Amino acid sequence: MADELFKALADPTRRKILDELAESPGQTLFEICSRLTMKHRLGMSRQAVSQHLAVLEAAGLVESRREGRYKFHDLNTEPLEHIVNRWLRPDEPEGTP
Amino acid sequence: MKIHLSSVFVDDQDKALRFYTDVLGFVKKTEVPLGEDRWLTVVSPENPDGTELLLEPAGHPAVRPFREALAKDGIPATAFAVDDVHAEFDRLRGLGVRFTQEPLEMGPVTTAVLDDTCGNLIQIVHHS
Repeated sequence: MADELFKALADPTRRKILDELAESPGQTLFEICSRLTMKHRLGMSRQAVSQHLAVLEAAGLVESRREGRYKFHDLNTEPLEHIVNRWLRPDEPEGTP
Repeated sequence: MKIHLSSVFVDDQDKALRFYTDVLGFVKKTEVPLGEDRWLTVVSPENPDGTELLLEPAGHPAVRPFREALAKDGIPATAFAVDDVHAEFDRLRGLGVRFTQEPLEMGPVTTAVLDDTCGNLIQIVHHS
């Protein structure tokens, strides 16, 4: 899990996706693609963004939910607690919220 | 060459006509009976001789999976220009319209995405 987390965070595009989800939760793939293109000039295919999202989901940093016909993506910061606990709060048992 | 007609697939033409006229504010231009369905188009009251929007029946078997896949990824079926996305968002939300994307300023454009209740997502946009 830790390896997947660091791998997910290593990529600048994926960090931008997390920034955007932090600013506004519940985005569709279309909105994420639009934000990357129009705000960050990161023109890439929807498939590429989808793959980035899959990496973030595997690391637990993004969760997706279906609502009727629609699919929305949300940021989940919980895996970052492990990083904080590992180095900044080593006295606390790992995994404490 | 000009764009004369564009179309959206709708589940129910009566319901679609109500939404596109009463809620969005377009006006009916043509209505021609064609068996069970109608050739039904609306236009913008600001430009009655402009591009017509055909409210096309969604009965063809290819339409449902196509539209569901687009909606799932949040992809609009088409986009309409407005003067002010924020103002239109407030107006439409007041009428009970559901948005899948709230107004978002993206550099040169501001957009929002709404559910047309007939199976499509519609983007509204203005250039800042």
